Amino acid sequence: MENKKTSVSAFFSGLVRKQIFIPLAALVILAVFNLIADPSFFKITLGYNSAGSPVLSGYLMTILDYGSELAILAIGMTLVTAASGGQDISVGATIAIAGSVILRVLCGTNSRPDELQAPIIVAFLAAVVVSMLFGAFNGVLVAYFKIQPMVATLILFTAGRSIAAWINNNELPIVSDVKFTYFGGFIPGIPIPTPFFIALACILIMALILKFTNLGLYTQSVGINESSSRLNGLNPEFIKFLSFVILGVCVAVAGLIKVSRLSSINYSVIAKDIEMDAILAVALGGNALGGGKFNMAASILGAYVIQFLTTTLYKFNVQSDALPAYKAVVVILLVVMSAPVVREKFASLGKKMKSSTKEVQ
Amino acid sequence: MKKKVLASLLTVAMAGTMLVGCGSKADAPAEAPAAEAPAAEEAEEPAAEEPAAEAPAAEAGALIKVGIINNDPNESGYRTANDKDLKEFFCEANGYEASFAYSLKNDEQITAAQKFIQDGVDYLLLSAADTAGWDSVLQDAQDAGIRVILFDLTIYANPDLYAASIVSDMDKEGETAVNWLKSQNLDEVKVIHLQGVMGSAAQKGRSGALDAEVAANDSWSIVTQQTAEWNAEKAQQIVQSVIDSGESFNVIYAENDDMAKGAVAALDKANISHGVGKDVIVMGFDCNKWALEELLAQNWNYDGQCNPFQASYIDGIIKTIESGSEPEQKVVVMDEKGFDAASITQADVDTYGI
Repeated sequence: MENKKTSVSAFFSGLVRKQIFIPLAALVILAVFNLIADPSFFKITLGYNSAGSPVLSGYLMTILDYGSELAILAIGMTLVTAASGGQDISVGATIAIAGSVILRVLCGTNSRPDELQAPIIVAFLAAVVVSMLFGAFNGVLVAYFKIQPMVATLILFTAGRSIAAWINNNELPIVSDVKFTYFGGFIPGIPIPTPFFIALACILIMALILKFTNLGLYTQSVGINESSSRLNGLNPEFIKFLSFVILGVCVAVAGLIKVSRLSSINYSVIAKDIEMDAILAVALGGNALGGGKFNMAASILGAYVIQFLTTTLYKFNVQSDALPAYKAVVVILLVVMSAPVVREKFASLGKKMKSSTKEVQ
Repeated sequence: MKKKVLASLLTVAMAGTMLVGCGSKADAPAEAPAAEAPAAEEAEEPAAEEPAAEAPAAEAGALIKVGIINNDPNESGYRTANDKDLKEFFCEANGYEASFAYSLKNDEQITAAQKFIQDGVDYLLLSAADTAGWDSVLQDAQDAGIRVILFDLTIYANPDLYAASIVSDMDKEGETAVNWLKSQNLDEVKVIHLQGVMGSAAQKGRSGALDAEVAANDSWSIVTQQTAEWNAEKAQQIVQSVIDSGESFNVIYAENDDMAKGAVAALDKANISHGVGKDVIVMGFDCNKWALEELLAQNWNYDGQCNPFQASYIDGIIKTIESGSEPEQKVVVMDEKGFDAASITQADVDTYGI
């Protein structure tokens, strides 16, 4: 009996100390809140979309659907954060570029083609290459020129959307092929939104990379101490550079989903402010924004938690221009909670409680 | 040292984007490349060289010089069409020599205005980013004998400082749309109202008419009133949220075409039929070409125009002033239409689509 009790408490205290505890706790709080406020939040129904294929719908599906771009970006952003100790604020603008490239390749010079000018996979690969180049641009500035990541990526943050508009001669191409909508919608016959599968694929690939290569270890060591990792034979510049290029790939995937949702693009508002949500996902995952150790799973969970929060707020008809304020509250809580002073307080409080329970026993 | 490298790098990057910006628009007539530059002081250098090189030597005297200050053409389809209209109209063939400056920031626009005044343009055409802060520069223009014509967006300044103001009546756009909806004689009107960026003139006008009607009419109700900030993705999420909640609605009143498009994407996902004679009425604004085509295909029901074709109105006023008289009205309100899917034709799409 005694033994079991300690193991349970050990399990919980272990969980609390685990990094994934923060997004998990946030998720539970949100879920409980919704359960109390309106249990129908969790209802999922099977229906049919206008193309006649079965689709699952409900708030939870909406979260899986719209949280996916964010989860994909969170993967890359976590690596950038861990390696460089800073964040890429240009992802929204580079999504616009990637989306613009996809549409440009699909539509050619005619902005309203009746049929696609190139296979979708070619357009996507072109976008991947372009996004990697822009990622490399950021990476070079950060890794080799030692510019603060936020300052370096400010360049594309400012110029990216104009570049995106320029790629398509400022026209608004519209793709009429129904196949293109699958990526941001549903594949006929599969009732779960495709973006979720795409995110799942990205997560799997990243998990495999982290498991079978040293990328994770190298990234963390560069983030923790650049000069000692250099002394140990790593190339910190290249690791940083690589993290930005990987983020570029994530951006291209997110861009594909974004343009597929509407089969079109609006350069000035597509993926607007998504960089802030991506950074928030990394923070919510309990990762140190100053670089070093990271937990990929926690970041990804963090991304879905943010979408959970957004969807909850929409459900309660909170004005959408007030959403950033609510997210700001989350950021404040996170920052305060993770401050060393507060952590020490919590630790000493925990110790006191433990000793007091011991005395009672 | 590090700072120097950083600074020069940033300069190179900026110059690079500037070149890119110019390259894409090289075919436009008589354009000052400087106008594209994001920062005013960066602009100074190339500006000094280019106009001198390009200045039409012979007939310069016969041309009317206009300096046009506009918002960034990338801002929206409306602005792109507006800019294109101005560029096509104010060309040498029509007797004008035009210089353009673009910015979404008031202070950069004011700097551009001062430059145009120094260059000695005959007319200053202005679509101001912000309503305030223009008094002194307009006074300078008046002292220099330059007439100012406002287009699209109005400002708070002494009306004596400008010759005319050509505007869209956003309140009327809203009323036209709401009157159209009234004429559909629905038993019950349950609206999802997608608003633009709160506080913008277009949002106020288009929301105002609907709010008034909902307040006055018992059979009209608003299911959700949310700002999607002109953004299709946000609109899609808002409508998705209403669909998930299971509330019923039969009208989407979106204050621009993009938001209507986002709403329709959400409807399609949930298999809710929309368009002429279907479950949900879809209303948009701005008359983008693709939106009018949706009307033509009967997928949407209504689209309200926000007229971006101001060049001919401006031309009329300049001709009046050149002939020695003053324009009859200070504020010119443009004609704006509302298109019904039941009556729209291909010709309308070609003429009014932007």
